[in-house]
Amino acid sequence: MEITSIAPWVLLLPLCMFVFLGLTSHKFSGQTSAKIGTVAFGIVAILCYYIAGQYFFGSFSVVNENGYEVFNKTGEVYNQMTIFNMEWMKMTENLIIHIGFYLDPISAMMLVVIATVSLMVHIYSYGYMFEHGHFDEGMSRYYAVLSLFSFAMLGLVLATNIFQMYIFWELVGVSSFLLIGYYFFKPAAVSACKKAFIVTRFADMFFLIGILVLSYHAQTFDFDKLNANNAKLVMDAFQITAESKGIAFLGFPLITIATFCIFLGGAGKSAMFPFHIWLPDAMEGPTPSSALIHAATMVVAGVFLVARLFPVYSFAAPEVLNAICYIGAFTALFAAIIAVAQTDIKRVLAFSTISQIAYMMVALGVSRFGNHETELGFTASMMHLFTHAMFKAMLFLCCGCIIHCVESNEMKHMGGLWKYMKKTWICFGIGCLAIAGIPPFSGFFSKGEILTACFENGYKAIYIVMTATAGLTSFYMFRLFFHIFHWQENEEYATMKHKPHDQEWQMTLPLIVFAVLTVFFFLFPGFNNGITATRGEMEMPTNWFIEGISIAVALTGIGIAYVLYFKKNDMPKQIMDKCPELCSFVYDRMKIDEIWYGITRSFIFGVICKSIAWFDHNCIDGFMNFCAWITKHTSYNTKEAQSGNVQQYVWVFIMGVITIVFLAVY
Amino acid sequence: MDYSQFLLMTPEVTLALALIVLLVADLVMGNDKSKQYFQTLALVVFGIHTIYNFIQGEISGQQEAFSGMYLTSNIHVFVKNMLNVGTLLVLIFSIEWNKKENSNHIAEFYLLMMSTLFGMYLMVSSGDFLLFYLGLETASIPMATLVALNKKRNESAEAAAKYILTAGFSSAVMLFGISLIYGSCGGSLYFCDVVKSFAATPVQIMAMIFFMAGVAFKISLVPFHLWTADTYQGAPTSVTAYLSVMSKGAAAFAFMIVMWKAFTVSNVAETVWHNILWWIIVITITVGNIFAIRQKNLKRFLAFSSISQAGYVMLGLMSGTSMGMGSMVYYLLVYLFTNLAAFGVISNIEDKCGKVGMDDYDGLYETNPKMAVVMMLAMFSLGGIPPFAGFFSKFFIFASAAQAGEYLLVFIALANTIISLFYYLLVVKAMFINKSNNPIAPFKSDNASLVGLTICTIAMLVLGLISPVYEQLLAWSFGVN
Repeated sequence: MEITSIAPWVLLLPLCMFVFLGLTSHKFSGQTSAKIGTVAFGIVAILCYYIAGQYFFGSFSVVNENGYEVFNKTGEVYNQMTIFNMEWMKMTENLIIHIGFYLDPISAMMLVVIATVSLMVHIYSYGYMFEHGHFDEGMSRYYAVLSLFSFAMLGLVLATNIFQMYIFWELVGVSSFLLIGYYFFKPAAVSACKKAFIVTRFADMFFLIGILVLSYHAQTFDFDKLNANNAKLVMDAFQITAESKGIAFLGFPLITIATFCIFLGGAGKSAMFPFHIWLPDAMEGPTPSSALIHAATMVVAGVFLVARLFPVYSFAAPEVLNAICYIGAFTALFAAIIAVAQTDIKRVLAFSTISQIAYMMVALGVSRFGNHETELGFTASMMHLFTHAMFKAMLFLCCGCIIHCVESNEMKHMGGLWKYMKKTWICFGIGCLAIAGIPPFSGFFSKGEILTACFENGYKAIYIVMTATAGLTSFYMFRLFFHIFHWQENEEYATMKHKPHDQEWQMTLPLIVFAVLTVFFFLFPGFNNGITATRGEMEMPTNWFIEGISIAVALTGIGIAYVLYFKKNDMPKQIMDKCPELCSFVYDRMKIDEIWYGITRSFIFGVICKSIAWFDHNCIDGFMNFCAWITKHTSYNTKEAQSGNVQQYVWVFIMGVITIVFLAVY
Repeated sequence: MDYSQFLLMTPEVTLALALIVLLVADLVMGNDKSKQYFQTLALVVFGIHTIYNFIQGEISGQQEAFSGMYLTSNIHVFVKNMLNVGTLLVLIFSIEWNKKENSNHIAEFYLLMMSTLFGMYLMVSSGDFLLFYLGLETASIPMATLVALNKKRNESAEAAAKYILTAGFSSAVMLFGISLIYGSCGGSLYFCDVVKSFAATPVQIMAMIFFMAGVAFKISLVPFHLWTADTYQGAPTSVTAYLSVMSKGAAAFAFMIVMWKAFTVSNVAETVWHNILWWIIVITITVGNIFAIRQKNLKRFLAFSSISQAGYVMLGLMSGTSMGMGSMVYYLLVYLFTNLAAFGVISNIEDKCGKVGMDDYDGLYETNPKMAVVMMLAMFSLGGIPPFAGFFSKFFIFASAAQAGEYLLVFIALANTIISLFYYLLVVKAMFINKSNNPIAPFKSDNASLVGLTICTIAMLVLGLISPVYEQLLAWSFGVN
């Protein structure tokens, strides 16, 4: 198969599915729609695997816009390939928006991640939404939006230019909005979806500003041109030299502002502090969609964005990378602390997602172009993106199974489930071990590399914070694990009509697939071959000192969790009673939401909006009403002009001609 | 004589053939029994003509035949194809009406319709004032018969009378203008000769304005528009649709060709007609809008809306660049599908229950949701709301005028779109929000109309998003000189 001929279908097929399922929702039963959607996405997934496989292991070529033939690999280095690049809208000579398909190691890796997780979620949802869809056409709607999301996410990672990325970025936001608000009759879901949309849109505003500033100076949207030759185009456009930071605006280098604004867009989607507030609430959506969107794919869009523009960041704005790594480290620790106090199992996972994405951000932040050691962070970040997508999706899907049985998200309704749900128990355990960083599970490798990258590049303080976070992570994950599966068996189970049990194969199969991927990750062809900042091969140093510490810290965290939560006892309560204010402060997510509400309500609504509203009501509306009044009255007062009298028509005609002649000649 | 020049006239030749075939068929199908197949036959013949012309290859550059009497190029052919598609849609919408109300005159309906189309072809392709005039008359005289086709209704006869009277008057004025051009421009009526000797002397200006008035009558620009509302209201709905889209579109395109080729020496901004047209556009858009606001009859309402739309179309003339031509043809293309969708809904409802008042549409969404949605899309597209096609067509035509420096004009046109949005939304409000005690009963429309409406709806939704259409038009277009 020719890559160029099958590539468009990767985007077109999910789009067609969205339109088709959306339009025919009332024609088919929910299950039929689900089957159609799953089969169609299965085809997309096969195409994705084929393309990624050809890219990494095969050999093929495309002809680029200059007429040269580009192969996927020259020697050990993978090339960036533009499979197709269609001119979509030509606003002016320079402002042309393309829609294309861009293949490089990280987008090929993302193809695999999106295809795998999305396909598994399609399959899983068949079982889950059957019970939790609540109404038949709801399931069709769910699958339609799932297709829309897959389309948008694939378009985002395959974007050839930053504007295409922005378009799909917003589409991803919309589909996330639709899925969070799936249960539109629940007030909590409605407010959560609005919150997610508004917060991410607010961050996207900065993204757009960043895009406009960057492309206005660089005169292009194309990633290829922006990144080429160590971001030379950007350096020249902003007049950056070794001595000066180039064009300044309000005392700051403009390039710093532009790239930081772009990062803020990514921070919104990737839930970095202080934009993280939407993600925990987003758990109101159906659990499988949380696994897809809010754990594995959409929330890493910000990481992907920074990685995509990594040469620009590394050469033109290294200070922004510094800022990214400090923001990331703070977010990681902050989210981990909050996760300790949460009682809703999906919220715990949400905060752990925030914390783990922050790990990826930190790894990118400490990385620079230079030698293998400084570039390690990039690879580590991408590796963690991959492993985290797999095990976190698995953990969410396990949660789905548990919620399915217990009909509650609260930890206190659970306990002792291991007897009833053996498969879920094992998978959840594997996920916890992976996220805690216990060898040989996947998380161990990626997290170890991130810590090594921090340590080796001289970010010692950040290294310490990240190691502490790793300890907290293993503690809160095992607190969750023990509380759900051990602790004390809930007496209600025995009397329940349907005892908790493992689910049917549609819901178990994805768990097993992810579990296999997590356990046997070490058999994977190495990430160091290709998915690196230079797209070539690099050594992955194993610093046994750092690995040892991280394992020890993780085991300590598990140990504490075991003591406190394995069997029901009073110790956790006693500890919490010692400092009730602190506990409730952390439980309330350190009041960050309240601070945001405070700012928006009292300042933005109270001061800015009120005055603008006054101006709008009295001046603009007044003027408009006046115009409308004039229009209306003219309209009614000129009724007689149209009399239906032909003589008069002709008279007007001839007078018109004469008047025009008179005006034109004299 | 070089007979190969006829090859350039493929659309005219095939249409003439189709006409002859149908004329003979009508004579042969004497009895009532075989008459019922005439409609199918006519549609098939016209369909073949449409498809055959659609699949013709591209023409290289601008070509002329008969020493400049007949001009053609890709954009000419595109306009003709567009007219074909539009006519086909009108024919599809009127199948049901023909069967029920017009069963005695089916053949006349088709033959007259195609004769007018033939006239429009000549008008579009003319390179000479005489051919232009012949085309115009061929297009308008059968049109009057079409307007009067509904013999049992007085309104229809009244509309036709008004139309033929004013049309006769306007063509008299126009002929007078042409004769003055002939006299003052060195005794030739070829556009390429006229432009050489056009020096803007008072007589020549007067001649030009007389000519412009005649064409402006066809496009219904203010102050030559007064016949529009009465004729639109009285004519059978499918004829109204045809008048408002095809007749107007062909005349507008031909008008542009004549003004650019015959009256423009170097660039548009320096010509005499520039300022005249500037004012005509402003007045047309404004008057069309202001009168549309208080209309209660939907056909009358669309008449005024089409007057103001004609003003927007004229913006394409102001730049004199290929972008102006491309955006104008694109505008006409979008307008064709949008307006036909609106008329399709109206004629469907009129066929089923005879209602055309805006009040009758109250609560339409409750009873006929699909019709209401199509009508809503058409109104949004006419009003220029993104992402429907109408937004893009307005955007491009405004952009072309703005590029030529007509900022004030574009601003006035923009301000007028707000007024137009108001009355377009009135229709949407009636259908979706207003409650009615006596709503239009649910009905199932015939398959042909459904096909037509589906085509129009798809076109409204996707035409703006498929950029190659506009890019291709732009590539085919040409500017002054």
